[in-house]
Amino acid sequence: MVTTAAHDLSHAPSVIELKGVNKWFGQFHVLSNINLDVKQGERIVICGPSGSGKSTLIRCINRLEEHQRGDIVVHGVALSNDVKNIEAIRRDVGMVFQSFNLFPHLTILDNLTLAPIWVKKTPKREAEEIAMSLLTRVRIPEQAHKYPGQLSGGQQQRVAIARALCMRPKIMLFDEPTSALDPEMVKEVLDVMIELAKEGMTMLCVTHEMGFARAVADRVIFMDRGEIVEQNAPEEFFAHPKNERTKTFLGQILHH
Amino acid sequence: MADVLSANERQQLPPPASETGALGWLRKNLFSSWGNGITTVVLLVAIFWLLTSFLDWAVVNAVWTAPTGQSCRGHGACWALIHEKYRFIFFGTFPYNEQWRPLLAVIVMLTMLVTSADRRMWNARLVWIWAVGSFLTFLLMLGQIHIPLALILFVALAVGGVGMLLRGSVAAPAELNGWRTLAAIGAIGILLRLAGVLPPWSLAIAPFTYVETGLWGGLPVTLILATYGLLFGFPYGVLLALGRRSNLPLIRGLCVGFIELIRGVPLISLLIMASVMLPLFLPSGMSIDKFLRALVAIILFSGAYIAEIIRGGLQSLPKGQFEAADAMGLNYFQKTMLVILPQALRVVIPPLINTFIGFFKDTSLVLIIGIFDFLNAANQALVDPNWAGFPSEVYLFAAFVYFCFCFSMSRYSKYLEIELNKGTRR
Repeated sequence: MVTTAAHDLSHAPSVIELKGVNKWFGQFHVLSNINLDVKQGERIVICGPSGSGKSTLIRCINRLEEHQRGDIVVHGVALSNDVKNIEAIRRDVGMVFQSFNLFPHLTILDNLTLAPIWVKKTPKREAEEIAMSLLTRVRIPEQAHKYPGQLSGGQQQRVAIARALCMRPKIMLFDEPTSALDPEMVKEVLDVMIELAKEGMTMLCVTHEMGFARAVADRVIFMDRGEIVEQNAPEEFFAHPKNERTKTFLGQILHH
Repeated sequence: MADVLSANERQQLPPPASETGALGWLRKNLFSSWGNGITTVVLLVAIFWLLTSFLDWAVVNAVWTAPTGQSCRGHGACWALIHEKYRFIFFGTFPYNEQWRPLLAVIVMLTMLVTSADRRMWNARLVWIWAVGSFLTFLLMLGQIHIPLALILFVALAVGGVGMLLRGSVAAPAELNGWRTLAAIGAIGILLRLAGVLPPWSLAIAPFTYVETGLWGGLPVTLILATYGLLFGFPYGVLLALGRRSNLPLIRGLCVGFIELIRGVPLISLLIMASVMLPLFLPSGMSIDKFLRALVAIILFSGAYIAEIIRGGLQSLPKGQFEAADAMGLNYFQKTMLVILPQALRVVIPPLINTFIGFFKDTSLVLIIGIFDFLNAANQALVDPNWAGFPSEVYLFAAFVYFCFCFSMSRYSKYLEIELNKGTRR
């Protein structure tokens, strides 16, 4: 894959701003002084060794984790303890988890329409139409009336992506979306994500799929021990890593 | 690799004949070894002996009708006693000529319970069925109901309020206005009533003669205590369980304190407190019906137990379910009602029904404060000197009736588990 999707973002407005964000789990300093500016339409891949704080970082953006110092502003709304602000941000930010987290007691269609109906007050009929069109987009409309337990892992993760898209989010967060999948199912999920990226969705993606990073990322961020160690456009990042820790990490994951 | 054949290419051989058919089953399960064979024979003989002696007593030598207990002496089971006393056992001291009323009440209640058991009925209609059914039950039992104006207004406010809350986000404007109007009528009415503008009027529905709760007895008492004890105990237990997992320390503390306090005392002591101590704290002249006090004690007690069971269900859910609901922007109420509780309750159906069965039988503890439930009415039937000396028959009969109810609940639990897990295997 030589095509890079990097495009000119210099004039795009910022949609996520993190300034001096710090977080501790007990005594453990999991995020240390994170500064990050995400432009509209930008695709960012975050990688790093396990325990480096990459998942925690994106989970802070929709307040699944609470940061303790610094500012996070999403679409001009500052994250605070104000429930109204948190709910406003969550309406605009979709999230896909490593373990899918579909609701096992609801059919696929009900999984997709739940939030639009209850959070956005979309009429049921309309929500179902949107849901079906998104299921078609992730190529599993025929599964609409099944339950999550009846689907394969790859199908479940595609449903999870469609579920997040049902809310018409402006930003999508992916937390290791392919790590829990059998190898033969990784591609079907990545294909959906690549398609999404091409449509101009703002994406933050924690993943170790370096092929994906090369194909769609505007920027690759390497994190270690709670810090952003290095960030660069993918060609530069992979060809000429500057930091020793980045080199070690890339050596480990690329040459095995 | 030509020597490796896939399963459908390989010729499928039938299992050996000794493993199939009735003989195969017997051999495999009952007579697989000498030890097994001897155990089987010994147990079969024992079962046969027990069964024949029981049938001898209960059927062959039984007396079905007799003028007094004297004619039963020297024979087998004295079912004549049940024949003579069944109305007392079922309806206790309820006025004899009016006993069609508790009978009808029991039928109404059983109809409600059986109707609600069907999953297809689980919708708004059920609320109406229960409202009408409960009203009928109590009207039949009491004979006359006087509803104070204030209570009517309060119900209007409560129903309107709950309607606004539950339907607020999905209802059409016209429907929502209906709920608002209802709540407003209730609220304004209560204020006017408090201010003395409205008179202390009450709606009297009095088709039958009044029968006070002290005269109630038998099966309807057991059914009312168990049904309404659990009907109110269940949502109360859900609230306690949610409160116990709340992030607010005060609410959590209150719920934990209540649960531990109630679980730490026997139901009997709670019933005695409700019947003896509570009146001491009430202002003079004010009294709460004994039956109602017992019901409240049962509700509080079952609530605490149900709460702990539901907490188990809540804790069994993966954290990801909560996070996914949060990430979608659902608020706490929506998350709990749409995502968490439906899953948590499914998990705890077996222990929940187990508790229900336990409470159904525990209602007989109301004996201690002088309420005649089914078992105590049966007990009282033994007091008649004409029929003295046949406790086995009465207790066996009572046990049989309890068994019918408890066994149905147990089977229903099984049905529910299968029904709710259709298609949702993980």
